[in-house]
Amino acid sequence: MKIGVLALQGAVAEHIRTLKQAGAEAVAVKKVEELRDLDGLVIPGGESTTIGKMMRKYGFMEALQQFAAEKKPIFGTCAGAILLAKEIVGQDEAHLGLMDITVERNAYGRQKDSFEVSLPIAGVAPDFPAVFIRAPYIVEVRGAGQVLAKYDNKIVAARDGQFLAAAFHPELTEDCRFHKYFLDMVKESRKDKAPV
Amino acid sequence: MVQVGTDRVKRGMAEMQKGGVIMDVVNAEQAKIAEAAGAVAVMALERVPSDIRAAGGVARMADLGIVEEVLKAVSIPVMAKARIGHFVEARVLESMGVDYLDESEVLTPADDLYHINKKEFTVPFVCGARDLGEALRRIGEGASMIRTKGEPGTGNIVEAVRHMRTMQSQIRKVQSMSYDELMAEAKTLGAPYDLLEYVHKNGKLPVVNFAAGGVATPSDAALMMHLGADGVFVGSGIFKSENPEKFARAIVEATTHYTDYELIARVSKGLGTPMTGIEISKIGDADRMQDRGW
Repeated sequence: MKIGVLALQGAVAEHIRTLKQAGAEAVAVKKVEELRDLDGLVIPGGESTTIGKMMRKYGFMEALQQFAAEKKPIFGTCAGAILLAKEIVGQDEAHLGLMDITVERNAYGRQKDSFEVSLPIAGVAPDFPAVFIRAPYIVEVRGAGQVLAKYDNKIVAARDGQFLAAAFHPELTEDCRFHKYFLDMVKESRKDKAPV
Repeated sequence: MVQVGTDRVKRGMAEMQKGGVIMDVVNAEQAKIAEAAGAVAVMALERVPSDIRAAGGVARMADLGIVEEVLKAVSIPVMAKARIGHFVEARVLESMGVDYLDESEVLTPADDLYHINKKEFTVPFVCGARDLGEALRRIGEGASMIRTKGEPGTGNIVEAVRHMRTMQSQIRKVQSMSYDELMAEAKTLGAPYDLLEYVHKNGKLPVVNFAAGGVATPSDAALMMHLGADGVFVGSGIFKSENPEKFARAIVEATTHYTDYELIARVSKGLGTPMTGIEISKIGDADRMQDRGW
């Protein structure tokens, strides 16, 4: 199982380390050609405005629509969740617009309000260390989407079919259970695509 | 239990900036240009380092009106500088909601003996360093991010290169040492023993390490990334160039794709003139910013 981590900006090395710890092969992806033989993709935390600009500039918008059309799973953390969302509060335009959720950027305030807390996450862990850094939250999950975790009555993790989003940073901890959950999604998606 | 201001939250903030460019700005308009060009954060200042150098006198924390204006103008993180040792300037900036503080040698030091005890703050700090010992001393005081000092406001990359090469070579040396040698090395470098032990085991600093002090072109930024920088600060290099918008965009792209030389060539074409540089030997001892702090 080979997972790519979008490496235009942000906490790339941390995701690669955690994916390897969870038992997958993990590579950094800087060019669209590098998406070709991947089974799944992680969009890391970083600055969503910066990563969004680079994605547009280097053809990732189209390439990732195609990647998603092939039913390959994508996992977005923090900025990654913003990039996946169909709607962003206060902005006319979304980025990838793949996942049927609405997110609000910097929803907890500035850096001095950043925090960590232990959270129960459905299907992942009863006590996951969640690190929130200038984090967004998910205002709404629509359609068949499923809420995986809430903090302070706000949605902070969700799944919509092949898409997984977290407002916090599982890659900043030594705990790889959330990444294992994503790898299980990738395994399922590969099973569905049984060899012809 | 909810915890704010932990090491993980403070160092994690810097991790999110990796592979990015942090730009000096002096007003809301420049901050918006930086954000539109793809900066991961802006540093709100009253004057960019080359103007501080030219103006002389005592350089202090920026006019808080400017800081407030920049905080309102952009959605990316905003950093600001406090004088070395001036913990009240730092507290004031923290209270305004600044996301990251730079205890900076670009400003005139307020304390010639002691740096700020940064562990007591909720917001993270970045500090400059010329070598491994200095980097680990600052981390020991609570810095969550390190940058090379370079020689700010010169547009001359040579000092940043020297500082990054020195740090990387010292890290490799410490990594290959036997355990028996570590305490003597801690004494030589003037570095806290536990942090040196971390470097020995992991072959890197426990925090993110950016390049700063002299970056003026896309190639300068890419060079620093090759030498091991996690990202780049550009001070005077953008808004003292002929075409700030183009320079900003080009430096952002060159930082991401630092191994793609054809791309760097493409983004570097037709940029106009970079900022005017200063030869380091022409700077008198009293004007060397990198020698401030210890």
